[in-house]
Amino acid sequence: MPLTPERLQDAYRQMLVIRKFEETIRSLYQQGKIRGSFHPCVGQEATAVGGCWAIRKDDYMTCTYRGHGQAIAKGLSVRAAMAEMLGKVTGCSKGKGGSMHFTDPSVGLLGANAIVAAGVPHAAGAALASQLQKKDNVALAYFGEGAVNQGVFLESLNLAVIWKLPLILICENNLYSEMTPSHETTSIVETHKRAAGFGFEAIQVDGNDVEAMYNTVEQAVAKTRSGGGPIYIEAMTYRLWGHMMGDPEIYRTKEEVAQAKENEPIVRCGKRLIELGCTQADLSRLDGEAESIIADALQFAESSAVPEPADAFTDVFI
Amino acid sequence: MPNITYAQALNEALREEMKVDQRIFLMGEDIGHHGGIFRVTKDLIDEFGAERVRDTPISESSFVGLGIGAAMAGMRPVVELLFMDFALVAADQIVNQAAKLRYMSGGTVSVPIVVRAQQGGGRGNGAQHSQSFESWLAQVPGLIIVAPSTPADAKGLLKSSIRAGNPVIFIEHKLLYNTKGDVPEGDYAIPIGKAEVKRDGRDITIVSYSRTLLFALEAAETLAQKGIEAEVIDLRTIEPLDMNTILESVKGTGRLLVVHESHSNCGLGAEIIARVYEQAPDLLIMPPRRLGAKHVPIPVAEALENAVLPQPADIVEAVEAMF
Repeated sequence: MPLTPERLQDAYRQMLVIRKFEETIRSLYQQGKIRGSFHPCVGQEATAVGGCWAIRKDDYMTCTYRGHGQAIAKGLSVRAAMAEMLGKVTGCSKGKGGSMHFTDPSVGLLGANAIVAAGVPHAAGAALASQLQKKDNVALAYFGEGAVNQGVFLESLNLAVIWKLPLILICENNLYSEMTPSHETTSIVETHKRAAGFGFEAIQVDGNDVEAMYNTVEQAVAKTRSGGGPIYIEAMTYRLWGHMMGDPEIYRTKEEVAQAKENEPIVRCGKRLIELGCTQADLSRLDGEAESIIADALQFAESSAVPEPADAFTDVFI
Repeated sequence: MPNITYAQALNEALREEMKVDQRIFLMGEDIGHHGGIFRVTKDLIDEFGAERVRDTPISESSFVGLGIGAAMAGMRPVVELLFMDFALVAADQIVNQAAKLRYMSGGTVSVPIVVRAQQGGGRGNGAQHSQSFESWLAQVPGLIIVAPSTPADAKGLLKSSIRAGNPVIFIEHKLLYNTKGDVPEGDYAIPIGKAEVKRDGRDITIVSYSRTLLFALEAAETLAQKGIEAEVIDLRTIEPLDMNTILESVKGTGRLLVVHESHSNCGLGAEIIARVYEQAPDLLIMPPRRLGAKHVPIPVAEALENAVLPQPADIVEAVEAMF
């Protein structure tokens, strides 16, 4: 069932939370408060919200280092995410995982991964577990089109089809594999065609349209949950910021990015809400609510304790 | 007590554990009706069905990865690699994923997977089917590594590995599968991390495991005829290492030789010797020695392979040189 106008407002606010999370992280990064690297998902909020909202809390999800938005959309506490970025003991991984490894199995988040295709077999394995346990849970794996040339991705496509796993694969095609245009490095850059070649039901969708994204994933989930086998969704989107902090972005023009901003998901969702009868004041209220969630998370994270050195030696084994 | 082969002991462990724990399932190449190339999974598909005994395509990184995902979702997969050499094909999943996911999640997920593989030389299988990887796998925090040498230990340690709740690399040896020994029936588990003195002796401590442990025992008999009584320690678990048993033995003998089939260079022998010096520098009355594969790939022709891999005669020679 499509998102109701009320639910679309919630989705709009959720996308704003993700956007503001990334903006806050950028600011903290520039202040030298974030260690390591940060791969923002700005411009890709609709794939996160549309996808994760179409599965249940007890369904499984894996993603990549560009997965802050997906993790939050799946239900990861914004406080725990912010604290993890700041290396605090209250972070989702107690400061051990950082930006690239957000994990929270209590909301089905089996982990973001720093190896671009490595989470795909994990989601497939969780789907296999569900199948073996005779449960109806599905698993969803997010990855970028930059992941489709890793061997484990292609191997996992094969296994997912032959074992008819309850698995949804969502390829966020943002046109660039790190700092290289994907059409220069990928034989079939419309990746859903590859998946179709493996025997997947494969669909392409406008990944910047949160309603289209939600509807597509919801229908796919219903099918795979009832034993229809794995489904591949290629969500066309655009990364508005660089691959990571410090990316000089020499591979694209400012004009291209400016044009993409007209098509970005939050702007589009706002226009859609106005069409549905919302006022500018409604949108401002939703923006303010998102702002409060982020401010609260930041306050929580900044006031949290740093881990003790001895904590480095726990959590290796059960 | 039944006298069965190493392969039969492993089969028994799998069967018994699968009977009592529905979470356990097997994945690997040719493990179903074929029963595995070394027959470890023989007949299990008949008893447990193709859902729990799953033949995979030849794509190690994905089926190890699926095992990891299934483990995080509450299953207890036991994954078989046809040859340990193929662990390199799945190296990202073993090293970057299985070993680290629990840590990177701050302890919120666990990865109870067992990856079984046979390794080692002695059959002329060549450089990509004869390697031994325990030394460099032991460099990876987050992996438990076991390497039984006898059928009884194989059964007992496989049961403990499946129950461990952590990623375990379970190392078998292609030339141990047909060796026989007495194996306790029923629920027989050996704790991970406990070495065993397989032969008592007062003159020198020989530390080994897996197939070279049998070589060490053979060498010890030869040495006994020459008046040297060797104490032979079977590590059984490579990681975590049971240093107490080693130090206790060296306290009595004052001499130490470590023997393994993985390459000597930067290997486990060096690690054990370093730890003995660090933890008890005064115990040794002679400089310790190590024997491992020499630093070339493993060749095929028998004369060449025997020159590269440690043989019983090499152990005798190394020990005699310490007296």
